[in-house]
Amino acid sequence: MSLPDLNIVWFILVGVLFTGYAILDGFDLGVGAVHLFVKKDEHRRLLLNSIGPVWDGNEVWLVTGGGALFAAFPEAYATVFSGFYLAFMLLLCSLIFRAVAIEFRSKEEWTWWRQFWDVAFSLGSFVSALLIGVAMGNIVRGIPLDADHEFAGTFLGLLNPYSLLLGVTTVLLFAMHGLIYLAMKTEGELHDIISGWIPRVIGFFLASYFLFNLYTLIDVPWVLDTVRARPYVFAVVAASVLIVLNIPREIHKKREFNAFLSSCAVMVLMMATFGITYFPNMVLSSPDPANSLTIYNAASTQKTLGIMLIIAVLGVPLVLAYTASIYWVFRGKTSLTKHSY
Amino acid sequence: MNDPELLARIQFAFTAAVHYLYPPLSIGLGILLVMMEGIWLKTGNPLYHNMARFWTRIFALTFAIGVATGIVMEFEFGTNWSTYSRFVGDIFGSALAAEGIFAFFLESGFLAILLFGWNKVGPRMHFFSTCMVAFGAHFSAVWIVVANSWMQTPAGYHLQTMVDGKPVALPSGHVVTQGDLTSVRAVVDDFWAMVFNPSTIDRLTHVILGAWMAGAFLVISISAYYLLKKRHLDFARASMKVGLGFALVATVLQMVSGDFTAKGVAKNQPIKLAAMEGVFKTEPQTPMALFGYVDSKNETVVGPKIPGLLSFLVWGSFSKPVPGLLELPASAFVQSHFPDATTPEKLAEARKKFWPNVPAVFQFYHMMIIVGVILLVLTVVACFFWWRGWLFNTDLLLTRWLLVLLIFSVLGPQIANQAGWFAAEMGRQPWIVYELLMTSQSFSKVVQANQIVASLVMFGLVYALLFAMFIFLLTRKIHHGPDDEEESEEMPDSWKAIIQKNNPRA
Repeated sequence: MSLPDLNIVWFILVGVLFTGYAILDGFDLGVGAVHLFVKKDEHRRLLLNSIGPVWDGNEVWLVTGGGALFAAFPEAYATVFSGFYLAFMLLLCSLIFRAVAIEFRSKEEWTWWRQFWDVAFSLGSFVSALLIGVAMGNIVRGIPLDADHEFAGTFLGLLNPYSLLLGVTTVLLFAMHGLIYLAMKTEGELHDIISGWIPRVIGFFLASYFLFNLYTLIDVPWVLDTVRARPYVFAVVAASVLIVLNIPREIHKKREFNAFLSSCAVMVLMMATFGITYFPNMVLSSPDPANSLTIYNAASTQKTLGIMLIIAVLGVPLVLAYTASIYWVFRGKTSLTKHSY
Repeated sequence: MNDPELLARIQFAFTAAVHYLYPPLSIGLGILLVMMEGIWLKTGNPLYHNMARFWTRIFALTFAIGVATGIVMEFEFGTNWSTYSRFVGDIFGSALAAEGIFAFFLESGFLAILLFGWNKVGPRMHFFSTCMVAFGAHFSAVWIVVANSWMQTPAGYHLQTMVDGKPVALPSGHVVTQGDLTSVRAVVDDFWAMVFNPSTIDRLTHVILGAWMAGAFLVISISAYYLLKKRHLDFARASMKVGLGFALVATVLQMVSGDFTAKGVAKNQPIKLAAMEGVFKTEPQTPMALFGYVDSKNETVVGPKIPGLLSFLVWGSFSKPVPGLLELPASAFVQSHFPDATTPEKLAEARKKFWPNVPAVFQFYHMMIIVGVILLVLTVVACFFWWRGWLFNTDLLLTRWLLVLLIFSVLGPQIANQAGWFAAEMGRQPWIVYELLMTSQSFSKVVQANQIVASLVMFGLVYALLFAMFIFLLTRKIHHGPDDEEESEEMPDSWKAIIQKNNPRA
């Protein structure tokens, strides 16, 4: 029996970490994106408190994903984050704003204070989701790399229509995901408002997702070639669309938890679509594919990948165990107490 | 402002320094929360319930900003130091990933229960969560100090280059040139040798004790304020006792740890020690400057010195000389980088290229020590007052003066922690990885100076706003103070036994 290819194992594990991030921070970024559409102060507090106990744990998935990428594929980590410098700094700034806004917002009663932090929270969440999508769009489309795998493009080049479309799609995906989470966590008037929005946002998301897939097949030539070689990708995309279409039914039948699971499954399938199509690339170079970073030329040594695997085998079950227990402890509808945000 | 290396250094220093205002508070307060809640569960004294609740609210504030400013740090290696990241990713990355997996998840997960779980779980689970948050905070310090210590005293690795697509090990002592940067990597040989590199234990102990002091003096400061204002007196006395006891332990241990750490620096990074102490000439009975300034031109320190003290502290012998900068680094090392430095003059000139900014390192280091000693004296005096029964008697003028000093003592550990890190990191220059990789070789080549200026301005504004908010909200929380009877009716039945124990009002 041969040992599993550690590079492939780590491609999957890094993928798992970023998928975990998308699922978890995805819903709290989504809650942020719709925050300003909710008008009553009490309702806004309910929104904040529905994610209050979990948002910082959710962001840890990003930090750990970044750390794992650094450890397993340092070339990819170095190339992407230095290459996307300004975009990434903006993302960090947005994440900071939304994070502290949650903490600060309800500390004072003043209208202007609450409005300021409401806008900071919502705008920060929106921009974060948008930029995550734009970054993914560029990774999918390929970015110009030189022979040393250094980024050779520009900031404005990153803001191409294709990547912006994925940015918008991501905002809509997160908004859908966040609304479903809220449907699960709220009751009464707020619950009815939220539930009413879900089908519409799903419609927008599906339209955007359809356009994005179409645009990909037209504009990103390598995808077409890969999909020909791996036709089962279509099955994964089809499955994700079917699951999205199932969500309104679950909401209608008041099975919000099922709806939320469906929404999580959609994200897993979307990341799987990306992973299956992209493998074995880490950062695709366009126009010169020879300069691409793959899971082999971007990776750390086998020894480090092995050490990291031990760390992951020890750590990931613990992480899953306490993530699950925290969500269990805070299950059920959110209510406001004296110590709430 | 068109030097990308300098700008990248300023940005990293700025974002790290601001970030580092908060985690030490989380680490130090974390331990104190464990103590307070532990005492409450043991005695049932509602005073300790109020304390646990109040200090948890302060903790929550520092923690949130710590997380927000910390995300930046995780990615700044990639954004601003991409050449460094490629070079050391095989080693450095695993420590960062381990920090995320083992520490951050633990901390942030159980924090939810610590903050919002009072009415969701029973006392055991809640206390367990408090312990886990404190433990997680300490564990995160472990991994980040491991990573940083490896940069100070690299171990458990070798350099490797690629020849025809195959990795080839380079001999130790290989001088990394600009041309090597696309092919040469440091790769791990021995994970545990990397983790327990020669400076890890000393520096970790020093960092954690510094964090304990930060937490302890925050509690002391706020308690002193209430005592002086005659508000929440029972609460303030109890908090002061817990804080002061903890501060005494941490401060005394910190002196011992400081001694170990400096001896380690003398052994592993003699140039840094010489810069911190301002030693230029190698001479027997090397004196120690208490304070002063570095006269770079004449290569000496102007200020009061105690003869032989540095020799004694470093070697345990008053006569053995401490190597001075004028012979550091060793000639062979200098010549391995500058082969044409053959004459004494050229050698002396080349040597300086391996020195840090001596005046700055000297001042930061001395600032740390002076502040540390002041805190020790203050703690001992306060404990003496406590022992004599004067500490809580605000009718005494001396006590009032002492309390005023204690209010300001909160700044002490923050200044010392910052100054210590500046001494440690500037003292490592011009190296990013000590005697292996230069800082000037490590910054991101694709990031232009004007982009760093833009991000630096952005972080400057955002962090200034955050800091202002933090101070504002902290002040408001302090003014509001603890509730004399913290909410307990909403807590589940499993708490009742503790709430009713020794509580006349229940």
